[in-house]
Amino acid sequence: MSVDIPLPVLSPKDFASDQEIRWCPRCGDYSILAQMKKVLPTLGIPKEKFVFVSGIGCSSRFPYYMDTYGMHSIHGRAPAIATGVKLANPDLQVWVITGDGDSLSIGGNHFMHVLRRNVDLKVIMFNNQIYGLTKGQYSPTSPTGTKTKSTPFGSVDRPLNPLSVAIGARATFVARSVDVDVKHLASILERAAHHKGSAFVEVYQDCNVFNSGAFAFASKKGEKEENVIFLEHGKPLIFGKNRDKGVRLNSHDQPEVVELGKGVTEDDLLFHDEKSEDMNLAFLLASMRYPEMPEPMGVFRAVDQPTYNEAVYQQVEAATERNGEGDLEALFNTGDTWTV
Amino acid sequence: MSTTDVSGANGKISEQLDAVVIRFCGDSGDGMQLAGTQFTNVSAVFGNDVKTLPDFPAEIRAPAGTLGGVSGFQICFSSSDIFTPGDEVDTLVAMNPAALKTNVADLKRGGTLIVNEDAFEKSNLSKAGYDSNPLDDEEALAAYQLQKVPMTSLTRDAVAELGLSPREAERCKNFFAMGLVYWLYQRDATPTEEWVKSKFAKKPELVEANLKALHAGYNYGITTEAITVHYRVDPADLPPGNYRKVTGNEALAFGFVTAAKLAGKQLFYSGYPITPASDILHELSKLKNFNVVTFQAEDEIAAITSVVGAAFAGDLAITASSGPGIALKGEGMGLAAIMELPLVVVDVQRGGPSTGLPTKTEQSDLYMCMFGRNGDCPMPLIAPATPADCFEMAQEALRIAVEFMTPVLLLSDGYIANGAEPWKIPDVSSLKPIPIVQKNTQTDGEFMPYLRNEKKTRPWVIPGTPGCEHRVGGLEKSDVTGNVNYSPENHQFMTTLRAEKIAGIADFIPEQTVEGPESGDLLVISWGGTYGAVRTAVKQSVQEGLSVAHAHIRYLNPFPKNLGDLIKRYKKVLIPELNTGQLRMIIRGTYLADAVGLNKVQGKPFLISEVKQKIREMLDEK
Repeated sequence: MSVDIPLPVLSPKDFASDQEIRWCPRCGDYSILAQMKKVLPTLGIPKEKFVFVSGIGCSSRFPYYMDTYGMHSIHGRAPAIATGVKLANPDLQVWVITGDGDSLSIGGNHFMHVLRRNVDLKVIMFNNQIYGLTKGQYSPTSPTGTKTKSTPFGSVDRPLNPLSVAIGARATFVARSVDVDVKHLASILERAAHHKGSAFVEVYQDCNVFNSGAFAFASKKGEKEENVIFLEHGKPLIFGKNRDKGVRLNSHDQPEVVELGKGVTEDDLLFHDEKSEDMNLAFLLASMRYPEMPEPMGVFRAVDQPTYNEAVYQQVEAATERNGEGDLEALFNTGDTWTV
Repeated sequence: MSTTDVSGANGKISEQLDAVVIRFCGDSGDGMQLAGTQFTNVSAVFGNDVKTLPDFPAEIRAPAGTLGGVSGFQICFSSSDIFTPGDEVDTLVAMNPAALKTNVADLKRGGTLIVNEDAFEKSNLSKAGYDSNPLDDEEALAAYQLQKVPMTSLTRDAVAELGLSPREAERCKNFFAMGLVYWLYQRDATPTEEWVKSKFAKKPELVEANLKALHAGYNYGITTEAITVHYRVDPADLPPGNYRKVTGNEALAFGFVTAAKLAGKQLFYSGYPITPASDILHELSKLKNFNVVTFQAEDEIAAITSVVGAAFAGDLAITASSGPGIALKGEGMGLAAIMELPLVVVDVQRGGPSTGLPTKTEQSDLYMCMFGRNGDCPMPLIAPATPADCFEMAQEALRIAVEFMTPVLLLSDGYIANGAEPWKIPDVSSLKPIPIVQKNTQTDGEFMPYLRNEKKTRPWVIPGTPGCEHRVGGLEKSDVTGNVNYSPENHQFMTTLRAEKIAGIADFIPEQTVEGPESGDLLVISWGGTYGAVRTAVKQSVQEGLSVAHAHIRYLNPFPKNLGDLIKRYKKVLIPELNTGQLRMIIRGTYLADAVGLNKVQGKPFLISEVKQKIREMLDEK
């Protein structure tokens, strides 16, 4: 007997918890929170089915501010906790909220494994290239030479590229957006929500206290158009205020910027294919870094592959079909038994 | 005690015995664990009480023939109740010189020593550090009934017609040894034959080879003139019922599955491979049709945190590890403790610190489990006494976890985990159900995730429940609402409240009992896998007229309510432990009792005689 009960129509404020938000004024996190509240009501999923899991860091306070189920956990472990939540109850939509330090430094191992398993989770990484909550040490994504309290002479570490790590782990959905570009960000969150499998989204987020303007090149009106390329599946890589520039592969298969016209047509450019099963194009796009190249924004990769949680339950079902539902009496009496 | 009669094939003498201890030892590739396990099976099926002690090196294959590569398996089988695998060995099977050298000291005077004579050649002798062949030194081995059996060549001859490679043929020699010992103790080989047929079903030539080697060994016993006596150990007088053999790790897996089934919940088990806990993961992974989800995590931290997530989402959630892994899980346990989520962490202890003695037993993680988390973070601790007891204690751990919304630690050890004994198969309908109280809908007013019941337990509301959306986390919680709250008064209040909740569990566990007199000169307190040795030592001391009693503690935090009063009823207290005195310090601190320790950290269990000697010593002191 099934009765169609229409889902209540939800609005962003239904997802706002009664907790006071304690991020610094003008923090980029506010914008990400607002877009999340905007996107969730559009998904047709009841509010109680959402779970937000976070680690430690400024971004990781996020679950407190959502009126859903949530867990603010321990440093770096949110992907493993979320894996447990999803395996225990695959009916839930599980979001992982994390920062660049949380997911790439202390949580690097879990980050890699959740993506390679393709657990059906949405991982949103707020990347501000700094440790904000511990008051301004450099992070695994900070450029070499970053001067902070722990690196007064400049950091000597080479930074990680989060997208390359995610693609290397064969993540089935990889995307990037920026906090202030609200429409784009909302569209990327929405696509991540609809993806079946591990969705990884890097959000360039401004820490205006400890690393202000780190992503100005990608967020400042009037400048960003020259510095970023918005990826569209099946379309050529074109950018620039006047959409007069593009990216093509040179004779060494390396990307290079060219001007359109003067003998270069759209057909000469690199075309984006987010569904490509091999990862070469996604790697190539991830390797394009400002200021040498325009940085791509949008969905780098979105492929359909079986999820880990489905595979786990298929085994449970297959075992139950093969052996029948577990019977304790029979289990205890397997093997050599005897009667006294 | 023994009677003799003439019977059996070739008129050989059959002697009846109460209990026998056999040890198989050889190179780590010689199949000694298999031989021991099979002998245990046939003895259990025959109806003896059995206890086993596998002892193997940490290396999968240490260099062949060396002292470090010796692998052993000891079995005690008996016609009466036994509690340990035995102190002294009656029959030692040594497959090479290294095995002889490292084990012969445990062989009883007059015991039977069966050696694979073929293996006593120059290179093996020198690897074992022998200057000359000990088998030629009649004086050195005069105390034993030495049987020199050319097992390698006899096995090779037995399987000659099957066309196996020389290496494959020689590998069957453990079955030859088994066959000979089966004859010696009049064991029916049928269960082993069935096992061989199913194990090697896809390789019929190996089925035939192993069976031929087994029968050749048996027939060697019948025909050789060198062995004139064989023995009989009657079935034990165990309580009536159906029995099977279980190891501690198997019994834990069975207990967890049973609890989940009785509670009508899905079981979620996450682990990272580690000796000697891995078998729990292996066992549960086979049982997916019992609504079991197993997850081999990428590390110990993912194993505990995925369990935290699964517990939040409503599963009965368990992880297991050994010392080094438990150390890594500390932060995750603290998270579960402050969020008040139910889960079970099993520590199958081994020798430490660090990697320590991965394959040897110890009880030295008690401090870590009692105290090893940041902050004031008490957790319930329970410890099974024997392999079969793991079945009940697994269910008990889950019961406490869900009844009090807390992570629970269960302390097993290598000796319990790998050791085996007969287990009376329970009547499933008589098992105690585990009631789960989960809120399914929000009814009256706003939901308060940290509102408590009379046991100080907060509600378990799982994601997906409409109207109860709430957030948990590692930051200090406000009473009732569960909101983040750093106020000094609230932190003190919540710290005390959590501690009181755990301490209050004492009202819901059995009181401590003693074996022996209710008061007297000496109380021996033990916990965990030392149960058997201490129980036997105390029993024998009582039989010798000494005023001594035994309290075996299965609930370590909180302690049973009556423990303090009980201790006061004895003049002296002895606490034998396979560590340097961890329970002793806690007992002394808790009850101001002047407890004395008997402490052994050799990777080996106590001998009965060691405990008995200490009891006598303490009673002799004035």
